[in-house]
Amino acid sequence: MFALSLKALLSHWRRHPGQLLTLVLGLGLATGLWCGVQAINAEARASYDRADETLARSSRATIVAKDGGMISTRTFVALQRFGWRTSPQLEGTLRVENTRFRVVGIEPLTAPPGLLNGLIAPAANEGAQTDGGEQTLGIDTFLNPPGVLIVHPDSAAVLASQTDLPPQRLSTTVSPGVIVTDISVAQDLLKKPDSMNVLVVRGDQIDTRPPLETVADNLELVPPERSSDISELTGAFHLNLTAFGFLSFAVGLFIVRGAVGLAFEQRRTMVRSLRLLGVPNTTLMLAIGLELLVLATVAGALGILLGYAIAAVLLPDVAATLRGLYGAQVAGSLELRWQWWASGMAIALAGTALAAAGSLWQTSRLSILDGGRARAWAMASGSTQRWQLAAAMILGVLGALLLIVGEGLVVGFIILGALLLSAALVLPFVLATALRVCAGFSRSVVVQWFWADTRQQVPGLSLALMALLLALAANIGVSTMVGSFRDTFTGWLDQRLSAQLYVTASTQAQAADMRSYLTDRADAVLPIWNEEARLAGQKGQIFGVSDHPIYRENWPLLSRTEDAWDRVVAGKGVLINEQLHRRTDLQLGDTLALPQGSTLPVVAIYSDYGNPLAQAMVSVNLLEDWFPDLERKRFAVVLPDDQAAALADDLRERYDLAGRQVVQQNVVKAFSIRVFEQTFAVTDALNVLTLGIAAFAIFTSLVTIANMRQPQLAPVWAMGVTRRKLAAMEIARAVLLALFTAFLALPVGLALAWLLLAVVNVAAFGWRLPMAWFPVEWLRLGGIALVAAALAALLPALRLARTPPARLVQVFTHER
Amino acid sequence: MLVDVQNVHKSYPTEEGILDVLRGINLQLGAHERVALTGESGSGKSTLLHLLAGLDAFDSGDILFQNRSLAKFGERERADYRRCDVGVVFQQFNLIPSLSVMDNIIFHARLAQRYNAAWAQELIDRLGLSDFTARYPEQLSGGQQQRVALARTLAAKPALVLADEPTGNLDETTGDAVIDLILELSKDAGLAVLMVTHSTRLAVRMDRVVHLTRGQLTDEASAFGASASPPLARAGG
Repeated sequence: MFALSLKALLSHWRRHPGQLLTLVLGLGLATGLWCGVQAINAEARASYDRADETLARSSRATIVAKDGGMISTRTFVALQRFGWRTSPQLEGTLRVENTRFRVVGIEPLTAPPGLLNGLIAPAANEGAQTDGGEQTLGIDTFLNPPGVLIVHPDSAAVLASQTDLPPQRLSTTVSPGVIVTDISVAQDLLKKPDSMNVLVVRGDQIDTRPPLETVADNLELVPPERSSDISELTGAFHLNLTAFGFLSFAVGLFIVRGAVGLAFEQRRTMVRSLRLLGVPNTTLMLAIGLELLVLATVAGALGILLGYAIAAVLLPDVAATLRGLYGAQVAGSLELRWQWWASGMAIALAGTALAAAGSLWQTSRLSILDGGRARAWAMASGSTQRWQLAAAMILGVLGALLLIVGEGLVVGFIILGALLLSAALVLPFVLATALRVCAGFSRSVVVQWFWADTRQQVPGLSLALMALLLALAANIGVSTMVGSFRDTFTGWLDQRLSAQLYVTASTQAQAADMRSYLTDRADAVLPIWNEEARLAGQKGQIFGVSDHPIYRENWPLLSRTEDAWDRVVAGKGVLINEQLHRRTDLQLGDTLALPQGSTLPVVAIYSDYGNPLAQAMVSVNLLEDWFPDLERKRFAVVLPDDQAAALADDLRERYDLAGRQVVQQNVVKAFSIRVFEQTFAVTDALNVLTLGIAAFAIFTSLVTIANMRQPQLAPVWAMGVTRRKLAAMEIARAVLLALFTAFLALPVGLALAWLLLAVVNVAAFGWRLPMAWFPVEWLRLGGIALVAAALAALLPALRLARTPPARLVQVFTHER
Repeated sequence: MLVDVQNVHKSYPTEEGILDVLRGINLQLGAHERVALTGESGSGKSTLLHLLAGLDAFDSGDILFQNRSLAKFGERERADYRRCDVGVVFQQFNLIPSLSVMDNIIFHARLAQRYNAAWAQELIDRLGLSDFTARYPEQLSGGQQQRVALARTLAAKPALVLADEPTGNLDETTGDAVIDLILELSKDAGLAVLMVTHSTRLAVRMDRVVHLTRGQLTDEASAFGASASPPLARAGG
């Protein structure tokens, strides 16, 4: 009986393959986008974890200097003597031809087990296979001069051209952009002799050891963390991606809801017949449940494959974004990971259950004696519309309350969700009202019928129109956000990059010589010197600034005290970036702890878009006092614009500099803008995909309800309106509904943009952007929506125009 | 006795109050007996048919089917009863739109585990459906669909066939032909039939006629009015 019932249920799909395709494709597309995003996130997180795990840090506490500075060998030895067993590491940044590498110097003899997945082995085992299938490296080779740089194959190309570096050993246990080497080699490379800045706490501690602060009060113990610095920084970016993936999934669910709803509606007669013939309700529900499970599994598998393809296409852009925004290194290739397979399948099953729950419930409650004629599909009664309106208002109030009292990224996304969902729920009411108003202005009887008929179609099309509303609002919101960001960023670049040339010398001696050479040839030579440090507990950098009008006139200050620059150059004040200000709530006048036990009051806050780190600026003299070994190779050169190119050529020739060591302002700007555009390439791609899914939703809705339209159109045709005119009106109807939807999408999208700029960005990245308006972009999106609606309506309209009159007569006389 | 309806009452709540549709119905139906049920619109004919088919529950009284009390049936037993003991032919056919004519015909028989290919084929031949078995319901005329519905019911060989105005959607000639088949095939298969009809002409062809007026059964003669003097003899087929 179960098998027979299932066979009967499945026969529906054989007769309606298009509907089956819609359902599977809708769910597959929705799952695909979700899965794609999950795959990207999983890949990135795996890269971060690998970076930590291979250095044996993820599960161990570390000791660092409170000010982020160096730890002397003397302190290290003292710690050992008191029972603190640690393994020293030196970490720093090395620039090779404008590419930044994170150098990690390790001490393999004291390092905890598991380092580099066993890549470094006793000399006798050199060449043996590691668990990862690589050949081991003998410890003698690693330790003895000239040493070895262990790098990811992606990094090899840049390093290969450097003849003054130790030989390289390629290994995938190291993340791209990271160089692992012996600590003594790292000290040479980073010009930090006899230094270390991280002590990894080993497992074999002596229980009687005194507390750390009694041995060295300038050090602090950092507990083991699953998440690394980089995964904390990039968390916001991944949450953004996840939110976008979820939005696409939600839009896709509207398609699934529509297809499932229609299938249930069309099978009411069948369900009733089966019940009449003695199939128990529970058997029937079980059969429908199994049918849905199979469909969801097939669609989920399709979605996972699609997700893999999407992720493979988008991952290089995402990797570039993460590198550009955060300096995080993510491999550009994709692995199949069970986490996102499982997540994709789970979301497909959960989505189907969610989309089908209402219909399944109604079917289980279907009275056996109900009229067999199918009701109009998804016909929402007045009470449904009132219910939706009430739910929308509740969500709106909830969102507003959260906006006032809540804070943080998750709250930001909940507010976004409430906004979008309430807008979707209010849409049928808005459309019905607008159509009623339009009907009031029409005189011709055909036009009056058109408005009334359009109003009747709203419930059937409302799910697809809601999907369109969400997609349009997301597009308007995100494009406004990106546009605002672009405008602000370009203006900010003009302020920040006001010098004409940016130069990086090969050595400190060369830099000193170059500065004296430039004294007579340029208006000013300004240092760009910085050192890593911890600022108010945040990982950050301190820059030194000299006294020059170019800073006073151009530096993008968000708020300042009146004599800010005077105090900074006098060494009596510090400038901080917006990120540090927002993360630590440091205000003007507050005191910031700085290296060597110094403290300075905050005298201004400046915007610093695109930088994930906390940053402070002090007088360059102070910086030199705090860090005598400061690297002094980079500086900016101010001179008239028309002399910049000639001087750049002169410097390259005179000092034998590579092209990238002398960069003109316009080249830096172009590069920055290119990084910016690449950053939002992923967002653009997701935008287009979401809009495509919404257009598909409208198309499938129109196609699937086209047959149900015949009984409504046949009487009008019988009364003398031609098929051609009816078909034209069908297209006009779709375009009008899309137009009304686009009108509502505009304020919703702008509200979304405001939330992204003022709430989400602040929580995620630490900076707030002014909102700009882009009416041309809105018109373009509106135009796309109208064209998509017209195209979606074209096929059903053509079919209507070609319906044989005999068929319409048959429908009209109810001889179906 | 196949069916024994004992003092059955059925009412529905309406906006105007409680509507008593059936008020103490008593009716007996023997195995192989063919009975016509007539009455005005709204007299409760379809309601009585639904109760007999186990589609709806009565308020009081009882219906015994082969001495089993329908009042004691739960949801599951009702489904078993519909699947194995009764067959219903409705005015709206209630065919499964996505199954072919052939699949529709054998569907109920297979559900009841009484599928007999030879009997199904005989029904198809005798109902003139041989040329349509691969088609779908929507591709058939009303008369053809009604014949498919009839074939589906008879193929399952239920003890009792309930027919709710089975010719209501058909023209006179087609309707007559369908009635001929019901009588002929039920006789051959040894089934009892209770048929709701408005047509005097069709009713008199059954073994017996019972008449419902405002929820109560009246005597058979009143079914056609005193002056009509219809042939009330138990003339079969």
